[in-house]
Amino acid sequence: MSSVLHLLRKLGFLFRRNQYSNELEEEMAHHRELAQRRLVSEGMTAEEARYAAQRQFGNSLRMKEQSRETVTFQLETAFQDLRYALRQLRNKPGFAATAILVLGLGICASVAIFAFVDAALLKPLPYPDPARLVEVTESIPMLPRADLSYLDYLDWKRLNTVFSSFDVYTGASNLLRTPTGTEMVSGEEVTAGFFRTLGVKLLMGHDFDPTADPKTAQRTVILSYASWKKRFGGRKDIVGQTITSGGGSDASDSGLQATSTIIGVLPQDFHFAFAGNAEFWSPLDVSMGCTLRRGCHNLRGVARLKEGVTVQSASAQMKTIAADLEKQYPDSNRGQGAVVASLSEVIARNVRNVLLVLLGGAGLLLLIACTNVSSLLLVRSEGRKREIAIRGALGASQTRLVGQFITESLVLVAAAAAAGIGLAYLSIQLLPRLIPPESLEEMPYLNGMGLNWRVLAFAAAVGLLAALLFTLTPVARVRWARLQEGLTEASRGSAGTTWRRLGANLVVLELGIAIVLLAGAGLLGRSLHRLLHVELGFQPDHLAMLEIAMPNRHMSDADNERLVALDRQLIARVSSLPGVVSVAASMQPPVTSNGNTAWIRFVGRPYNGEHNEVNQRDVSSEFFSTVKAKLLRGRYFSDAEDSSKPGVVIINQALARKYFPGEDPLGKKIGDLELSPKSLAEIIGVVDDIRESSLDTETWPTIYQPYNQSPDSYFSLLVRTSGDENSVLPEVVKAIHQINSGIATRNETTMLAAINNSPTAYIHRSSAWLVGGFAALALLLSVVGLYGVIAYSVNQRTREIGVRMALGAERMAVYKLILKEAGWLVLLGTALGLLCAVPAGSLMRNLLFGVRAWDLPTLLSVAAILAFSAMLASYLPARRAASVNPVDVLRAE
Amino acid sequence: MCLGSQRALDSLSLGNLYISAMAKRPELLPGTLDLLILKTLTRAPLHGYGIALAIKQVSDDVLVVEEGSLYPALQRLLLKGWLKAEWKLSETNRRARYYTLTTAGRKQLGIELSTYELITSAIGRVLQKA
Repeated sequence: MSSVLHLLRKLGFLFRRNQYSNELEEEMAHHRELAQRRLVSEGMTAEEARYAAQRQFGNSLRMKEQSRETVTFQLETAFQDLRYALRQLRNKPGFAATAILVLGLGICASVAIFAFVDAALLKPLPYPDPARLVEVTESIPMLPRADLSYLDYLDWKRLNTVFSSFDVYTGASNLLRTPTGTEMVSGEEVTAGFFRTLGVKLLMGHDFDPTADPKTAQRTVILSYASWKKRFGGRKDIVGQTITSGGGSDASDSGLQATSTIIGVLPQDFHFAFAGNAEFWSPLDVSMGCTLRRGCHNLRGVARLKEGVTVQSASAQMKTIAADLEKQYPDSNRGQGAVVASLSEVIARNVRNVLLVLLGGAGLLLLIACTNVSSLLLVRSEGRKREIAIRGALGASQTRLVGQFITESLVLVAAAAAAGIGLAYLSIQLLPRLIPPESLEEMPYLNGMGLNWRVLAFAAAVGLLAALLFTLTPVARVRWARLQEGLTEASRGSAGTTWRRLGANLVVLELGIAIVLLAGAGLLGRSLHRLLHVELGFQPDHLAMLEIAMPNRHMSDADNERLVALDRQLIARVSSLPGVVSVAASMQPPVTSNGNTAWIRFVGRPYNGEHNEVNQRDVSSEFFSTVKAKLLRGRYFSDAEDSSKPGVVIINQALARKYFPGEDPLGKKIGDLELSPKSLAEIIGVVDDIRESSLDTETWPTIYQPYNQSPDSYFSLLVRTSGDENSVLPEVVKAIHQINSGIATRNETTMLAAINNSPTAYIHRSSAWLVGGFAALALLLSVVGLYGVIAYSVNQRTREIGVRMALGAERMAVYKLILKEAGWLVLLGTALGLLCAVPAGSLMRNLLFGVRAWDLPTLLSVAAILAFSAMLASYLPARRAASVNPVDVLRAE
Repeated sequence: MCLGSQRALDSLSLGNLYISAMAKRPELLPGTLDLLILKTLTRAPLHGYGIALAIKQVSDDVLVVEEGSLYPALQRLLLKGWLKAEWKLSETNRRARYYTLTTAGRKQLGIELSTYELITSAIGRVLQKA
């Protein structure tokens, strides 16, 4: 408190500098006048009295100066110090460049990573009052976040008292006729209050009408800003226009099309992470299909908490409601719980661990950089001891000397921070471009990333800490060594050892940190390797794939036959292309995710209502041979097995192991929960597990059913090629459009690329590479630091070495002397690093896959790499020491 | 510190306040001047010259302030909030800055006095023994 007043008073003086100076002048003049008057009254002449008064008063100029120094911030002094600091840096450009570069790199890394953390973790939601937004979903034992069913949603919405509003959304692609053909445009279906719940104001037009009856209302659509610009040229009169979706190319397809009225456009900065780049937003279609069945889950919920309601209490209430519904609807709702979680946490969940690990890595790198610059400064303060001693002897106060150090480190840090922030700005522009576009769509919050005030404040805080550190090191150093010592020539002996000891400690610290980072990078690298070489259960090379959507809205038998025919035609056409070995269709290609499940029941077994939840995939008959799966028992489907034939199903090994332990599953029958005759299917084959899930999760039990028995208008086409799988893709697309220009294709890729760019692989790869980069820099910096210490030590010991050699020491003995010194430091650093590497590795166990934090091969190779580089770095000074000519050294004495 | 004899004490400088007129550099017992200023101002508000004069007279001309050095000290005390300053007309009908003790200054005087007594009594004990 009093220091604040103190500062305020000082500021007061600062603003009234001239007035202050004049008043002081007046006061002092008055003083002298009174003194003179008194002396005159005591009998002096006026002249004598004036001199006496002046003598008595002392040096008035100095007194004024002192008074001013007391009350002001001593700006002049600061400027002097600044000029001197700049001159110091200019005189030693090598030192300045090294220090600024090293520190700049450290600052760049931490600031750039912090910008990501800021965008993803601190402010991921561009909506008002984001803390009250929550995600509301169901949960099942296998999945903590499972989709909601529409009927459950209606009950949850009606019964809860914790949400001020509660809406749901689901992905819905649209087929759109464009001048270049039919295009699959991603969109979302939402309940009417969705944008109001988020708090989004439309750029133009109006929001969905919450009072409209979704069953009878006219179809409406709201456009994303990008879609409005791209497809409609940003026309101002867009509201009220109609778009026709549903695809189709000829008159027979017209029944499939639907017309919607555009009622609004979303603002440019709107994004919703789970919707990717959805262009068309339309009201949820509740008239058919999934929305009519309580057991069909395809929605996700987002709600706004009422004022003062916590996530926990909302979650508790939803769980109670879900438990009540479970009693009320035991068939469909068995085991269906509820989960409420903060929306911002859910959105950033994937990247949270990575970013925290990266921030930690960047922090360690910064620490090494600071340590390195500190030891550079120490070496320099060693060299400047005489200068400092002289300045001290000439009357510079301790405060003044410290002020000089502060100015110098501030100048250094300011230059490094400018360089670091500049580099960070570039990195922030470049890094998101390395993220695959598909992943980037799920991280829309990164669009707003940049050097905002929070990031700059972080940079400033980092800089101030560094400046503090750099001020303290030389100050501490100067305090330890008596100032006068610098004046005597003795500085060569004892003071050198002090520095060597401190410098050596710093190097041990650096080496330890480098080990931690190297071990982290090693573990992440091994995880990535394990991940990319995980058992897939099929051959991913020479496999091209693309998504296909055929025009279709109804689900009549005639439609199904039409789809099957179209699919057969399509597969036959693509198979005949040169370079194509075989072609298959699948609802969902492998290595995407678990989910799309069915509840199954086993014929001939007692049933007590449990939900046997298994992945369900509809695949064409050539699927298994195309992906080259391993058939363990039985047979694959034949093309003839369509809806006119008895139902058949192939199960994976995981299902056989879980539900048929010690039993032969072939010939057994499964069906839906009611065992309705239409659903019954006989198990005709068992395949080894094909990885349906993402790379880092186990594949659930899975059933495969013939596409021809339940066709769909949307599927993935998998193409096995004999040559390069990339080069056939354009031909495949062309062939498909030749069959029917109303068929849309999208996401043409290859299986290998899809696996490589999958979010799991991407997250592991980016963290492995970035931490690897940090570790490489850390290794370089710490080894350079070690080199510095050893080289300095050799310098200090030249005389000793000369004497030793003159007395008959072999060159080998000199090598041994120096390398032993270095070896100790490396050993201590490595031990320290390994000790810390294991807990550090455990902290990031969420990112490790198939590797433990104490993975011995990683730790050993890391230690070996460090030891090798370190010994290389100390070999150079050791060689210099060994080549010392004793005669020269002794003569120099 | 060498306090062995009266002669040594003669050249003992107390801030820029010295006993007799011989001291060269200000070094010893900083804050003594502050103490004297604070104490002097307990009686009445004074201007700078008034303070110097009061110290000189009350100490029977033993303590003579290098008068100019009062001013940096006064600024320091103002800054710490122990004194208050206001411009008033002086006895010669000229504008002069009068310094008054604040409540915080009075409290500080108490602290400094007890510290001072502690030190002088300690010095006294040493001198009696030696």
